Amino acid sequence: MPALPAPSFAPLPGDASADILRLLEGLDAPTLWWVSGYAAALAHSAGPPRTVALLPQRDAGAQERVTIIYGSQTGNARRVAERLAQAVERAGLAVRLIRADAYPQRELKTERLLYIVISTQGEGDPPDDARGLVDFIAGKRAPTLPDLKFAVLGLGDSSYPLFCAIGRRLDARLVELGAQRMVAAGEADVDVETIAEPWIDAALAQARDALTTALPRANVTPLHPHAAPAEWSRENPFAAELLVNQRITARDSSRAVHHFELSLEGSGLTYEPGDALGVWPTNASALVDSVIQALRLDGDEPVACAGETHSVRTWLGSRRELTKLSRPFIAAHAARSRADDLNRLLAPDRSTDLAGLLASHQVIDLLHAFPAAWTAGELVAALRPLAPRLYSIASSRKAVGDEVHLTVADIGWDAFGISHAGAASSFLASRGDGARVPVFVEPNERFRVPADGSTDVIMIGPGTGVAPFRGFVQERRETAARGRNWLLFGNRHSQSDFLYQTEWQAALRDGSLHRLDLAFSRDEAIAQIPRTRKTYVQDRLRENGRSLFEWLDNGAHLYVCGDATRMAKDVHAALVDVFSTHGGLDGESAEARLSDLIQQGRYARDVY
Amino acid sequence: MTVSPSHLESVKAASHFLRGGIVEGLADPVTGAIDDDDGKLLKFHGSYQQDDRDLREERRQQKLEPAFSFMIRARLPGGVLTPAQWLGFDAIAREHANGTLRITSRQTFQWHGVIKRKLKPTIAAINATLIDTLAACGDVNRTVVSSANPLQSSAHRMASDWAARLSEHLLPNTRAYHEIWLDGEKVVDTAQESEPLYGPTYLPRKFKIGLAIPPTNDIDVFAQDLGLIAIIENGQLLGFNVAVGGGMGATHGDPTTWPRLGDVIGFVPPDRLLELATTVITVQRDFGNRAERQYARLKYTIEHRGLAWFTAELERRLGFPLEPARPFAFDTNGDRYGWIQGDDGHWHLTLHIAAGRVADTPGQPWLTGLREIARMHRGEFRLTCNQNLIIAGVASDQRARIDALVAHHALDGYLTQSGIRRHALACVALPTCGLAMAEAERYLPDVLSKLEAQLARHGLTDAPIGLRLSGCPNGCSRPYLGEIALVGRAPGRYDLRLGADFSGQRLNRLLRQNIDEATILETLEPLFGRYARERTTGEAFGDFLLRSDLLPSEAPRTIPATVIA
Repeated sequence: MPALPAPSFAPLPGDASADILRLLEGLDAPTLWWVSGYAAALAHSAGPPRTVALLPQRDAGAQERVTIIYGSQTGNARRVAERLAQAVERAGLAVRLIRADAYPQRELKTERLLYIVISTQGEGDPPDDARGLVDFIAGKRAPTLPDLKFAVLGLGDSSYPLFCAIGRRLDARLVELGAQRMVAAGEADVDVETIAEPWIDAALAQARDALTTALPRANVTPLHPHAAPAEWSRENPFAAELLVNQRITARDSSRAVHHFELSLEGSGLTYEPGDALGVWPTNASALVDSVIQALRLDGDEPVACAGETHSVRTWLGSRRELTKLSRPFIAAHAARSRADDLNRLLAPDRSTDLAGLLASHQVIDLLHAFPAAWTAGELVAALRPLAPRLYSIASSRKAVGDEVHLTVADIGWDAFGISHAGAASSFLASRGDGARVPVFVEPNERFRVPADGSTDVIMIGPGTGVAPFRGFVQERRETAARGRNWLLFGNRHSQSDFLYQTEWQAALRDGSLHRLDLAFSRDEAIAQIPRTRKTYVQDRLRENGRSLFEWLDNGAHLYVCGDATRMAKDVHAALVDVFSTHGGLDGESAEARLSDLIQQGRYARDVY
Repeated sequence: MTVSPSHLESVKAASHFLRGGIVEGLADPVTGAIDDDDGKLLKFHGSYQQDDRDLREERRQQKLEPAFSFMIRARLPGGVLTPAQWLGFDAIAREHANGTLRITSRQTFQWHGVIKRKLKPTIAAINATLIDTLAACGDVNRTVVSSANPLQSSAHRMASDWAARLSEHLLPNTRAYHEIWLDGEKVVDTAQESEPLYGPTYLPRKFKIGLAIPPTNDIDVFAQDLGLIAIIENGQLLGFNVAVGGGMGATHGDPTTWPRLGDVIGFVPPDRLLELATTVITVQRDFGNRAERQYARLKYTIEHRGLAWFTAELERRLGFPLEPARPFAFDTNGDRYGWIQGDDGHWHLTLHIAAGRVADTPGQPWLTGLREIARMHRGEFRLTCNQNLIIAGVASDQRARIDALVAHHALDGYLTQSGIRRHALACVALPTCGLAMAEAERYLPDVLSKLEAQLARHGLTDAPIGLRLSGCPNGCSRPYLGEIALVGRAPGRYDLRLGADFSGQRLNRLLRQNIDEATILETLEPLFGRYARERTTGEAFGDFLLRSDLLPSEAPRTIPATVIA
C-alpha cells in the first residue's frame, strides 16, 4: 500500500493522533474500511463526545479487546476472521482484526483474548502470511501465556493427509505455553461454513463472557472506496457472461487447458492482478444421474436440509460436492456399507492410504466400490456442501476493461471404468459462449505487482501457475512500469503446452517482458542429447542463479504461482541454493534471507 | 536500367558464408521457428522451415505459434544409396521426423516434420550414413540427377558417377555446414574463407543439373538449368550434348514468367564436363538477375540476353568452341516397372511409390516392407525422378525372396495399376509446403480414382497417360511436362493443362483456368472419348490432342521491361 502523507489529525489532542497511527499500522484494507465505518457510525449517533474503546490506553486495551489474527492463503481464513470480527463487533465488543504478518509479536504476551483463524497449505505448511508468527509461537522465544484465553479455528482440505495441521499445532502449543483454551479447535474442511459457523457462535459466546467491560454500542456504517460498492459476494455471486472459452493447449497435448474470458460489465466488481476469481460450479448432470442411479433414488424427490428444500437432483447438482470426497463421508459410508477395507483406512496409522483414496476417488467411485443404502435425505445431509473454486485471475483490468480472464486446466481422467472430471474445470470447459457463470472476486493483497513501477519482478509460474503473471505483465505494460519483468515458465511439451506462447513472444518484442526462461520437461528426452533428466523451472533458477541473485539484490520482487505440493517446495529449495551459491550464505542464513523477503512482501506465493 | 539487389542478396552477403544467426536461432527456446533471414540461409544447408498449415488457424486461436517444423533434403547425386544407408534413413524418419521418407521428383529423400530441437541431431545422423544435405536447397547447384534406367547398367553406373563428380565439384566451399551441424572446428576468422566458384553471394537462384541417357528421359533433361545428354556408342561414353536454360517455375497470371525447355547448344567430351558445368554456372553467377528473384533463373538470363549471346559468353570463358551436338532420341520420360535384367546380368525391380511417399499406412506397410528388404538386399537402391524406387543389383536367386517381401507389404501395385496411376507425379503441397495454393500429394489418390473410373468407361485403363499434379505454379512435379497437368490455384481449384508429349520434349498448354474438380472431369470426358475412338496405334494422349487440334495456341510471352545489368 502506498504511504500516505503524515496526517495532522487536527481535531485530536496531542497523543491521540499517535495512538491512532499506532493502532492503524499493519491493518489491511478491509479492516481499515471497517474501522472507518465504525467511526462514522459513532459520529452519527447523537450525544456528547466520549471515550470509545477503539482508542483505549495501551495496557488497558488488551484486557478489553478481542484480537483476531488470521493466516490465509486463498482468502477463506480471512473471510471467516472478518465474519467473526463483525459478530464480535455487533455484540458491542472491541475487536482488532489483523493479518498474521502484521501482528506485532511482542504484544502476544499482553493479549488476554485471542482468536486465530488459520489455514493449512499443501502438506502441512502454514500460509505464507503466517510463517513468521507460527515460527514465533512454536519456537523457543515464545513467551509463557498464563493470562491468555484463546481459540483456534483451522482450515484445510481433508483430501490432504495433514488436514488442519497448523491449526492443531498452534492450539496444542498455546496450551503448552499456559494459555487457556475457550473453544475446542475447529477443523473446517473445504465446506468452511459447516464447521466455521458453529465455531464462530461458540467463540462469540466466550468473548461475551470474558470481556466484562461494556463498550459503547455502535453500528458499522458501510464505507467503500468506490461510489458503487459491489453487492456481489461469495454467497451472492455475479452471473458473469462467458465471452470466450478457448482451449490453449494443442490438440496433441495430454492436458486440456482453457482460456476463459468473462464479462463483469454492470457488476461493479473490480479486481487487481493477483486476485482470484471464485467460480461456483454445477456438477455435471451425467454425474448427478449416475449417483441417483447407483443409489436407486428418485431425482425429483424433495429433500429438506439446513432449512432449504430442493429436489435430489438440485441438491446434488448445485448444492453438494460430488467430485471431492471427505473423511466424514467416507466414515459414514464405511459404517453403512460395512466394508472392512474402507473402515480400516480410517485408522490413524493409515492416513497416507486414506489420502490416496481421497485423491483418486470421487463419491461415485465409493458408491460403486462399496455398495450401501442411502436415503436421499441422509445422503444430502452427509455430503459436503458444494464449495466454489478459486482461480488466479489472468488479466489486468487496465488491459481488458470489464473482463476477467482465467487459465484453467480441465482436469479429467479415467479410472474404475468411468471418466472423471473436476467440478469447476469441467463445468467451465463445457460452457459455450454466452453462458452465465456465477463468480465473485477474492482479493489477495499479498500477491500484487510492486507499488513502485521501477521495481523488477521475477515471476515463476509453471503450468497454469502462469495465469496471474499474464495479468502482471498486462498491468505493468499498461502502467508503463519501468522495472524489468522476468518470467520463468515450464510445462510438458513446448510445441503443445506453451501457454500463451504468442502473447509472450509479442511481449518480448514490445519490451513488456524482458526475460523468459523455459523448462519443458518432456522435450528433453532426445536420445542423442545426453541430458535425459527432465528439466523444471527450479533447474532454470539454479542455472540462472547469478542473474537471479543480482535481480533480488537489486530489489526485485519474486512471485511463485502454481502447484504447492512439489513445485513450490522445489522452487524454494532452489532459491536457498541460489542464495548459498551466489550470496555465500549457509543454508540457515539463506532460509533467513528468504523469510525476510517473505516478511517484506518481496517473495509472495499463490500456490495451491 | 539498374535496380538494387534483392533483400536476399544482402542476407547472403552478410551471412559470413552461410552462417548468419542459425546457431543462435536453433538455441532460442521461445519459438520453434528461426528468423526469416536465417531460414533463407538454412536452405543452403539442406533444410526448409515449414509449418503444418492444417493447424495454423487452430493454433492461432490457441495462442500458440504455428506448428513449425523443418524439411530436410539429402544431397544424393544420381539417387543411389546402399541398403545400410536405407536403414539409416528409415531410422531417422521414425525417430526424428514424421515417420515417412519421401522420394522427391529430383531423385533424393526428404524428411518432413523435424522440429527445431531435433534439427541438429537429425542432420548429424544423416551425415553418419555418409550422406550429407549441403546444398540440397538454396541458391547453389543442387543435387545432380541422372537417369536411373536399369536396362543399361553400365551406362547408368557411368552416369551416376558423373552426377556424383559434378555434385562434389560444385559444392560450396564454406565450413559453416560442418561447424553448425557436425561440431566441426570453428573457423576463427571467416574473412579468411572464400568461395572460389560462387563468391560470397552464391548464385542468383537455385541451379539444377541433370544427366540423361537416351532413349530414356526419366529425369526430364530439358527441365534442368543445365541438361546433359549422354552420347554412348558401342558402350563407350563419347561425351554429352549440352542443353541450357530449362526450368519449370512460373507465376499465375504473370505473363513475364513461364516454364521453359532447355536449348541444346552443343557437345563436350567427358574430360571437359566439369569445366563446362563450372563455366555455365559462372556465367549465370555474373549475369543472372539479382534484383528480382522471379527472373533469376538461368532461363531468364538466356531469354533476356539471347541464346547466341549466352553461347558466345560461355565459349569465350571456356576458351574453346563447343562441338556440334550429336544426334539423340528420347522415347519416354516414364519409368519401366517390374523386373528387368541389366546388361551386367543383374536384376532390377522398379516399384511404383505413389507420390514418392514411403510410409506405413493401413494396408500398405511400405516403410516396414522396404526396411525388411533393405535388411536382406545386397545390391543398392536407386530413386527415380518419377518418385519411384528401384531395388537394383539383385542376383537371380534373390528375386523370389524380394518378390515375396514386396507382395507381403503391398508394394506390388505396379503389377495391376492403371496406366495413369503408374505415370502420376505429385508434389508435397499441403499441409507442409509454404507455397502450396491447393492440395497435391493428398489429393492424388482421390483424383486418380475418379480419372480411372472415367478412363475405364472408355477402355483406357491401361493407356499410359502422364498425370502431374502440382499445388502451385512453381513446378516441383514438373507439371508443364505432363500430358495432363493440374496446377493449383486455390483450395479445390486448378489450372488444367494438356498436351505435353511423353518424352519430356514438349510443354503442355493451358486449357482451362482455375476450375474445380467437377469441371476438370467434365472437360476431360469428351477428350478421353475421342482419344479412345480416334487415336492411332501407340499414339500418346498428348500427341493425339495436338494432332487433333483440340488445344488452344499458346499465349505470347512477355519479357519484363527491367533488364538487370
